[in-house]
Amino acid sequence: MTADMLSHDLSLLIPELVLAGGAMALLMLGVFLKGDGTEKLVQWLTVGLLAAAGLAALFLVSGEGTAFNDSFVFDSLARFSKTAIALVAAVAMLLAMPYLQAEKLGKIEYPVLVALAVTGMVMMVSANDLIAMYMGIELQSLALYVLAAFNRDSLRASEAGLKYFVLGALSSGLLLYGASLVYGFAGSTGFNDIALAVESGSNIGLTVGLVFVICGLAFKVSAAPFHMWTPDVYEGAPTPVTAFFATAPKFAAIVLLARVLMEPFGAVVDQWRDVIWMIAVLSMAVGAFGALTQQNIKRLMAYSSIGNMGYALVAVAAASQTGLWALLVFMTLYMVGVIGSFAGILSMRTREGMVEQISDLAGLAQRNPGLGWSITALMFSIGGLPFMVGFFGKFFVVYAAVQADLMVLAVLAVLFSVVGAAYYLRIVKVIWFDTSEVEFVPSAVSTYWIARIAGLATVLLLPVLGWLVFRAYSVGLALL
Amino acid sequence: MFGEFEAFLSILTFVPALGALVIAIFRFTARSDDQALIDRNSRWVAWLATMVTLGMSVLLLANFDAEATGFQFVHEVTWLEQIGLGYRMGVDGLSVLFVVLTAFLMPICIMASGAIKTRVADYMIAFLLLETMVIGVFCALDLVVFYIFFEGGLIPMFIIIGVWGGQNRVYAAFKFFLYTLLGSVLMLVAMIAMFLQAGTTDVTVLLETEFARNAQMWMWLAFFASFAVKMPMWPVHTWLPDAHVQAPTAGSVILAGVLLKLGGYGFLRFSLPMFPEASDYFAPMVFVLSIIAIIYTSLVAFRQTDIKKLIAYSSVAHMGFVTMGLFAMNETGVQGAIFQMISHGVISGALFLCVGVIYDRMHTREIAFYGGLVHKMPVFAAIFGLFAMANVGLPGTSGFVGEIMTMVGAFQVSWWIATGAAVGVILSAMYMLTVYRDVVFGEITNPKLETITDLNRMEWLIFIPLIIGTLLLGVFSTLITDVTATAVDHLLSNYDAALAASAQ
Repeated sequence: MTADMLSHDLSLLIPELVLAGGAMALLMLGVFLKGDGTEKLVQWLTVGLLAAAGLAALFLVSGEGTAFNDSFVFDSLARFSKTAIALVAAVAMLLAMPYLQAEKLGKIEYPVLVALAVTGMVMMVSANDLIAMYMGIELQSLALYVLAAFNRDSLRASEAGLKYFVLGALSSGLLLYGASLVYGFAGSTGFNDIALAVESGSNIGLTVGLVFVICGLAFKVSAAPFHMWTPDVYEGAPTPVTAFFATAPKFAAIVLLARVLMEPFGAVVDQWRDVIWMIAVLSMAVGAFGALTQQNIKRLMAYSSIGNMGYALVAVAAASQTGLWALLVFMTLYMVGVIGSFAGILSMRTREGMVEQISDLAGLAQRNPGLGWSITALMFSIGGLPFMVGFFGKFFVVYAAVQADLMVLAVLAVLFSVVGAAYYLRIVKVIWFDTSEVEFVPSAVSTYWIARIAGLATVLLLPVLGWLVFRAYSVGLALL
Repeated sequence: MFGEFEAFLSILTFVPALGALVIAIFRFTARSDDQALIDRNSRWVAWLATMVTLGMSVLLLANFDAEATGFQFVHEVTWLEQIGLGYRMGVDGLSVLFVVLTAFLMPICIMASGAIKTRVADYMIAFLLLETMVIGVFCALDLVVFYIFFEGGLIPMFIIIGVWGGQNRVYAAFKFFLYTLLGSVLMLVAMIAMFLQAGTTDVTVLLETEFARNAQMWMWLAFFASFAVKMPMWPVHTWLPDAHVQAPTAGSVILAGVLLKLGGYGFLRFSLPMFPEASDYFAPMVFVLSIIAIIYTSLVAFRQTDIKKLIAYSSVAHMGFVTMGLFAMNETGVQGAIFQMISHGVISGALFLCVGVIYDRMHTREIAFYGGLVHKMPVFAAIFGLFAMANVGLPGTSGFVGEIMTMVGAFQVSWWIATGAAVGVILSAMYMLTVYRDVVFGEITNPKLETITDLNRMEWLIFIPLIIGTLLLGVFSTLITDVTATAVDHLLSNYDAALAASAQ
């Protein structure tokens, strides 16, 4: 390998290098710097680091191509995803800071773990090789297991971490087994070689391997029937960790799934489409019906995320350029809604401490109109109701499905969205129709503004939606 | 003179939203101890915004060229153009009157909201947003924009019913929202299918596009699922009585006056011109459903003990005339259907306001509670009587013109349809006269009614435009038919041409 090649390869890796190097440096800084302000400093630096990585992916990486013997790819899909993942992680980090301080969890490990998890995610979306894929997933997952149990004095958080770890390890095992089958029958771990092997003829070993890979990845996106861990982990983990779980890792995993299915296995779309179809329908059903009776808003968000991953999988099932850009638009708009909603949930603090029952939101539109209105708009947006931007996410997903002639899937998707609307409406009902005397204490500045800006964004993004769609659209055209 | 001013229609649509924004800003920046000031200012801003909208809609009508076919005041902005979506607005003879109707009823609703004492600012914001959404539906020339306005209106209405409604408001609000949403999402899938076939969501292009017969059937059914619920047609009308009874007075007025017209307008704009073969094929089904609606809901109305519920069922019956006239697909029928929608908007709105008048005083809508109101409220009795007669279809009022035109239109298709509708007219006289007798005539037996007072000045002001509207349209029916004639002719000739082409 010549120096030229190395510098070319490394130039594609700038976001990863920034993140990995930064995480290491921050760890050292946290260990060796003594003093009261250290945690705060490391947290702020992590926010900066994540934002820098996102911007680096957007602006700094000039070319597109593969690196390290085709095991790593930087294309427009990777660029879009990395930017989105890093930026949403930065916002999630901002949300975590006041919470960590209030709950006395402000250890320097938290931001470092977030940075490492994001490093794993940006690896995942660029994986062009089974080994690289697994490396990214594991780096991400291990960091997330620790984060879930970060509040180690809390029984529920420890349980959540353990549950997540055991089931996550199982899914990693499935994934690895599938990957080994694929490797065995394709003769290579590289996606490009696998694609050649797949095109040269269908093979039962490859198909079985693919199914295991899909199962492993479906676990990571928390799609039914691999969703069991989601409600417990969402409820048990500290709220800012849940906010993080619900956004960046989901984006990374669904993009990875789309890449694996559409690139190396693009030729056998008939074989995996039915699997994704089933998973999508099950996820939408479990998400819609499971959420109806939830009392805890974090559990509700867990079911909502299962359901919404179902919609993302509808776009994957379309297996087309349209499906890909619809997926990106949907996920981006969904993440805006989710991160805003969690900012709202983090604002639910009474004098006694954090509350997370849906009934605690009663009368919010009157006693705290700014927050009440924001959560209302965000719920409508996640639910995909017009005139919020979230509608367009679902609209394009259904559009992709109809275009791919998946009429039944499209009809099921819209019908489940009506069931889903029922529980989003329930939150709106509690906020607007019910009354309560309990007052929330004022939330931290960052939480306050993130909740409100995200709420406003559900409407204000409408005129500039063309820009987002255009970016995603060009990604869809570039790939496949 | 406004033909060159492109954005006129968009401004007209978004003036109420702008008013809502002003109220919202005021609401969030004012100190909370100034509650009375916030309330008063919200009312004024809302009234002003709706009056400006009304003024602009009158200008719109004055500058509207009734002789021209095609869309006028078209406003296009590129938006998501890579995939063929765009923001397009425009009106033609079919839609312009609905814009005027909405703008006409809204200031009345704002004025009739004096009984709302809690959360006035939120209430006004919801109403203004609703007005933008409804006007947007009538102006939208793009499928997706249409859908956004069509469904977006649910959100403010959900809040209006749920926050300021009656006892059982939560149930009614949920039923209203989920029922109508369920119908509409199927339409969305059909819209996407049309979008994929035509490559654009531009309504003007879609009107020229021919869809295959088989596809038309499915799309027609999907659109029907949405419009039939909105209309509402029997048997998917059950959300309406609940929503009406629980909604505050102004909410009922807007629900009956404008929101029910969205379904009929949808048939006119989409189902009939875009899927002519399917419309022709399914017309008998629509006739049967219309007749059932007219007769059955009239009978149901007769048995009601709640005045609002009675008027709600009577609305379902009157909407039956509209669907009957529309699918007769001849000039009298379609013109009559449009006339009936406009006229029903005025009359049913007025009837709900009448109920609101006595409800505000006595806080009950039970028919049995009242009796002998004529002794204490002569003016109210006269006005209520006028609108009750108009609802029955007394010649000289607008209700008559709509009913007779749709029946004549239906008669040209088949005599038995018209006969069924005629039976409905008799039944409507039965329930309307009965309720009028029970509430207004007789001796005062309920001691609580001894203190009831006649209309105050504000209520006078509210009713005057409605009275003028009902009588004016009843006498000069050409006020409406002249505007719609060209557009309806155009619609019918295209429809017949499409049917002739497919028959070959």
